[in-house]
Amino acid sequence: MITKRIIACLDVRDGRVVKGVQFVDIIDAGDPATQAARHAREGADEIVLLDITATHEGRATLLDTVRRTARELFVPFCVGGGIRSADDAALVFEAGADKVSVNSAALADPMLIDAIGRSFGAQAVVVAIDARRDPEAADPVRDAQVFVQGGRKLTNRRAVEWAREAEARGAGEILLTSMDCDGTRNGFDCELTAAVSEAVNIPVIASGGAGTVDHFVDVFGRGKADAALAASIFHFGVSSARSLKEELAKAGVSVRLPC
Amino acid sequence: MRVTVIDYKAGNLTSVLKALRRCGAEAEVTDGDLSLVESAERIVLPGVGHFAATERLDATGLTPAIRAAIARGVPFLGICVGMQWLYAGSSEAPAQPGLGCFAESCARFPDGQEKVPHVGWNSLEVRPNSRLLAGVEPGEYVYFTHSYRAPVTADTAAVTHYIEPFAAAVERGNVMGTQFHPEKSGATGLKILGNFLKWKGTE
Repeated sequence: MITKRIIACLDVRDGRVVKGVQFVDIIDAGDPATQAARHAREGADEIVLLDITATHEGRATLLDTVRRTARELFVPFCVGGGIRSADDAALVFEAGADKVSVNSAALADPMLIDAIGRSFGAQAVVVAIDARRDPEAADPVRDAQVFVQGGRKLTNRRAVEWAREAEARGAGEILLTSMDCDGTRNGFDCELTAAVSEAVNIPVIASGGAGTVDHFVDVFGRGKADAALAASIFHFGVSSARSLKEELAKAGVSVRLPC
Repeated sequence: MRVTVIDYKAGNLTSVLKALRRCGAEAEVTDGDLSLVESAERIVLPGVGHFAATERLDATGLTPAIRAAIARGVPFLGICVGMQWLYAGSSEAPAQPGLGCFAESCARFPDGQEKVPHVGWNSLEVRPNSRLLAGVEPGEYVYFTHSYRAPVTADTAAVTHYIEPFAAAVERGNVMGTQFHPEKSGATGLKILGNFLKWKGTE
């Protein structure tokens, strides 16, 4: 039986893992390679490394960090941040990533999704969407506003229609972050996640708001997520992926155990 | 343990090479040097992406070289599209023939309640006496990412369920394949690659 994935996310700035609350208030949480290895050992089904300042500062993804992190990792490894072209993606794949996540650059030029998919396969392209509910819209959830540059800049795109276009262009997965919930530890935006997941036929990874086991049960059930991302709940020893999955199994969620 | 990895320009090989080397293999890559296939001790054909990309194997002359190596008894492992290529073909690219070691064809998962592609960790039901999957316990998980799959037949070494049962691994003589990615399947995947590398080639 297919299992729900628990994905450990490392937000990286200047080669260090950091964690913010609603995209600000950054604090240091360790070395990326060490953290990734620990998460894999402790049962994470996948690792995502996001260079959160790459786009903002126009800096290339830290290939060295990727290489070092990939070296001892034998679970799927996705890298995002600052990937603007198929050539940028190629360097990240050569450094050891299995997937790349694109966000701002894909919104600026949606053909980027087609280009990376053509060269490396759809399974290698994750389109990250940062969205915030729009109370002014007819449907505040489906029409959640899409932001770029780490949540700093509003676009004219809406969550569901952009996810559908990404899929049509050959995205393999959607990584959906609720900006309303990110960093709050008050739970995922299950309505937003379900709206996107039901609109596409590719996996949706829910992100933003994880704080308790019940939040994960909720997003896999009501939120119809195929995978969920967690960062802050792991970094400070609050929980490991394994203990999270053991609790999820008790609640009836299908997860990879033993792991 | 020397292993020749075939590069047909369909996705990156970094993860496969890294995992094979981690298992102690001395891995070399060829994207058309037939002498490396002719002298190969073991061959791995990785693969991500589209079945049509296997056309390059025909264009470079790798197809007959691999066919001859298999006939000589060289252990062969196809991964993902590399496994699908062992069949007669795939509805993903009907004009492109596979190697035809297995007579069946690959087809897309039916549309319905579940999403296609099948992405994530799923369990294996290993058939008795599989050499490739020796030591893999019932219910161990491996990582999949694919939309097309091979049918369950007498040559199936492991069955996985998604929408319906399909061949997660195939094995006959020196020819083996996995639909999943052993290089991305943690300790279980490394164990499977180790089995392939250690297999002596004698029945």
